Amino acid sequence: MFDTADLTKLIFGRLTLESLPLHEPIIVGTFAMVALGGLALFGAITYFRLWGYLWREWFTTVDHKRIGIMYMVLGIVMLLRGFADALMMRLQQAIAFNGSEGYLNSHHYDQVFTAHGVIMIFFVAMPLVTGLMNYVVPLQIGARDVSFPFLNNFSFWMTTAGAVLVMCSLFVGEFARTGWLAYPPLSNLSYSPDVGVDYYIWALQVAGVGTLLSGVNLICTIVKMRAPGMTMMKMPVFTWTSLCTNVLIVASFPVLTAVLALLSLDRYVGTNFFTNDFGGDPMMYVNLIWIWGHPEVYILILPAFGIFSEVTSTFSGKRLFGYTSMVYATVVITILSYLVWLHHFFTMGSGASVNSFFGITTMIISIPTGAKMFNWLFTMYRGRIRFELPMMWTVAFMLTFVIGGMTGVLLAVPPADFVLHNSLFLVAHFHNVIIGGVLFGLFAGIAYWFPKAFGFKLDVFWGKMSFWFWTVGFYFAFMPLYVLGLMGVTRRLRTFDDPSLQIWFVIAGIGAFLILLGIASFLIQIAVSILRREQLADVSGDPWDARTLEWATSSPPPAYNFAFTPVVHDNDAWWDMKRRGYVRPLAGFKAIHMPSNTGTGVILAGLSTTMAFGLIWYMWWMAAGSFVALLAVAIGHTFNYHRSFHIPADEVVSVERARTELLAAGAKS
Amino acid sequence: MSSDAHAHAHDSADAHAGTRQGQLIGFGASVVLTAIPFLLVMHGTLDKQATALIIMAFAAVQVVVHMIFFLHMNTKAEGGWTMMALIFTIIMVVIALSGSLWVMHHLTTNMMPVHEMGQTP
Amino acid sequence: MTVAMGSMKAGEPVFYVVDEHEHPEGSSTMLGFWIYLMSDCLIFAILFAVYGVLGAKYAAGPAPKDLFDLSLVAVNTSFLLLSSLTYGFAMLSMQQNRVGAMQAWLAITGLFGLAFLGIELTEFAHMIHEGATPQRSAFLSSFFTLVGTHGLHVTFGLIWLVTLMVQVKTYGLIEANRRRLVCLSMFWHFLDVIWIGVFTFVYLMGMLR
Repeated sequence: MFDTADLTKLIFGRLTLESLPLHEPIIVGTFAMVALGGLALFGAITYFRLWGYLWREWFTTVDHKRIGIMYMVLGIVMLLRGFADALMMRLQQAIAFNGSEGYLNSHHYDQVFTAHGVIMIFFVAMPLVTGLMNYVVPLQIGARDVSFPFLNNFSFWMTTAGAVLVMCSLFVGEFARTGWLAYPPLSNLSYSPDVGVDYYIWALQVAGVGTLLSGVNLICTIVKMRAPGMTMMKMPVFTWTSLCTNVLIVASFPVLTAVLALLSLDRYVGTNFFTNDFGGDPMMYVNLIWIWGHPEVYILILPAFGIFSEVTSTFSGKRLFGYTSMVYATVVITILSYLVWLHHFFTMGSGASVNSFFGITTMIISIPTGAKMFNWLFTMYRGRIRFELPMMWTVAFMLTFVIGGMTGVLLAVPPADFVLHNSLFLVAHFHNVIIGGVLFGLFAGIAYWFPKAFGFKLDVFWGKMSFWFWTVGFYFAFMPLYVLGLMGVTRRLRTFDDPSLQIWFVIAGIGAFLILLGIASFLIQIAVSILRREQLADVSGDPWDARTLEWATSSPPPAYNFAFTPVVHDNDAWWDMKRRGYVRPLAGFKAIHMPSNTGTGVILAGLSTTMAFGLIWYMWWMAAGSFVALLAVAIGHTFNYHRSFHIPADEVVSVERARTELLAAGAKS
Repeated sequence: MSSDAHAHAHDSADAHAGTRQGQLIGFGASVVLTAIPFLLVMHGTLDKQATALIIMAFAAVQVVVHMIFFLHMNTKAEGGWTMMALIFTIIMVVIALSGSLWVMHHLTTNMMPVHEMGQTP
Repeated sequence: MTVAMGSMKAGEPVFYVVDEHEHPEGSSTMLGFWIYLMSDCLIFAILFAVYGVLGAKYAAGPAPKDLFDLSLVAVNTSFLLLSSLTYGFAMLSMQQNRVGAMQAWLAITGLFGLAFLGIELTEFAHMIHEGATPQRSAFLSSFFTLVGTHGLHVTFGLIWLVTLMVQVKTYGLIEANRRRLVCLSMFWHFLDVIWIGVFTFVYLMGMLR
């Protein structure tokens, strides 16, 4: 019935051999490297017979600590990809002067800046933030796991599936060439007929499911599973900011889901939501996506604020200054972050009344943020400050973030925004707050909680190298962009005519290179720390003389976190326990009820990936088949009623005895 | 707070069933609250604006009726967190809905060429 | 509470729970599901917002008055409302542990749901047949998407309903199944609440234009 061409089309959709970017030497080279690296990794895992271990202990785990660590690994791997994109852009912009076309054609360059934005926000910042929350929050509230351990595993794999789709676009087909928010009409089928935007849509939709569910999960965990005595106003600040972040996730990601669904309807079904014809309105997309987009930036920064709060009070040896005001500031930011979205498109033409409203709300949001800044300063004031790595990142954050905040308030003035809109000034501003705020926060958090997760501290020398390269590199890379923005240079340009601009781009390029050294130092730091783990070991479980509950248990904590659920009397629960002579219980252990591992999350996420892949390439049989399988597996999973087991009391006794011996040995040395 | 957390742990599913009487009251009220707007629009003689305001008011009341008699919302379940979530969501819905309408209305007024504005007076 | 725990022996602070009750499974499920419903509610809010902005952009195509049949919508609304009532009765039977009655009420609920979907699909087919396709205008795009998304939710609700009936039949009214039935009841009533918005803002207000 069919001739071969029809059959091929039926099976492969629009996927042909030409879809493989064999004509792009840069991509082929990258592919060769990734393939070799992947093969080496695969071979090594097979050789050391680690697949079974990885599957049983990690991939199928429902332990929030392991899932947290997997999120961190995902975030760091994707950071390398996103940063490679950044370097490519910096190099291109530094050399594309005086008639030179640089080394990237526009087709490739446009994908690079889109991928950079998408990856850095969705697959670097989000996994790292979620990973830290996942790891730390249950420990901080004295719980044994999250409310829905299976969902937690599933969420992680959905996030990974999104990342896999983005990576896939590098080698099979192409990524969007639209900028990281894929504004229509450019992202409509008529202007972006190929698979790039579809990769974008489905990667975000798949990852979005994971993000939303992990948001629901952590809210429930914080609301329902706090240790006895821990009232809302006795929760650690990081837990508070995590709660607000997850509220923001649950309240904003549905908006992204809906708006991307509408865009995909425009592309797949031919509806007219964001088209130029038949009554469609592209600006509605811009409006809607920023209703998600603005809360999103607070989703990233609030946990960082929480980290800085924990770090500042621990390393100043003082109770956090103004705990109550810190909590209220966080809540106020949560609400206000919903009232500012229009400041991303002042220039669209809503007029003076609308613009002034959103300009003013934007400026108001800097007040609670400023209050937080003063709280940290007053916490440090007259404290015994120890400049360990987390504290160094915190100080760098305070200096850098204030600059970013000030340029933000500048941009919040609508007339000023008309000048600066879409310029490199904007690019400098949001990198200033995201790197100076979120990323520095994450590095502070990693340095701070790493010993908790692995039982040894991170190497200080390489940590300092990373710190200085990052900080100095940041200023070199982005201060020139402020200058260029004020001179009117717009973002996302591939070539330049005015040779006098080149020097600024060269300086920015040098900054990016310094950041590269910073990232390299960070990786070396981890490697060196693993090699020197004996010297860097911490047996006490509390290497920083810290204040919150996660430091009350061993490092790394046992699977059940706490042999006995702690009872909380004070904001700084662990500090209070230490001060009032807490004695670690040595007897009376009971069997502990824990959730069982399951592979369903991996399977569901895998099926989602194939479904998305089928949809992207119009392989309808694959999409439909995966969907049916997805439904079947999900329903099948609900027929499993036995999802937990007991850790026998004997095992708890032996784990706790080992810790007792370790503590005794530590006390002697 | 902590005592709540433990009390709720045993809060069984049955609390969500309500009573037969409650169900019937909710149903009866809903029937009335649905029928009147339909009749007003299908056979009503009021002017359009008044009708619109009345049916929106009826919809709002009916939502509350459903919340109370079918979804059994109250301020005590789950330590008040369901109510808190609901109120927060309503605020978000109002912001997103009214904000979008406001923003897009001004945009259309300012930016759209006049000849496409056939619908507005 | 804190006081009681803090001073079980006079002055001696207590830092951990010795006599621990096991954390009952699923104690967060109701709250978690409610929060999920709230997020779903926001998806609908966005679809309503889109309908609010684009609902009058007919692009010289058909308007609500040319398309909607209010008596059909009234019938559909009553089906959904009745299904809410029958689900309520199912929950009451569950409370009294009358499994047979509960299953019967659930089945009736499912039939009402099916009838609702059938009428909705008929309406859609009729509109598309008349050339009022989702591609015709922004108004029709947003109409089909909003109403269709609600219908899709009802469809998933039905799949879930059947699954649960099988599970109750197989495993009885165990605690886990009761919890699931409550979640589905919240889902079902929630869809009815969304439908109030749909018939008011889409159908009734549309006829007023």
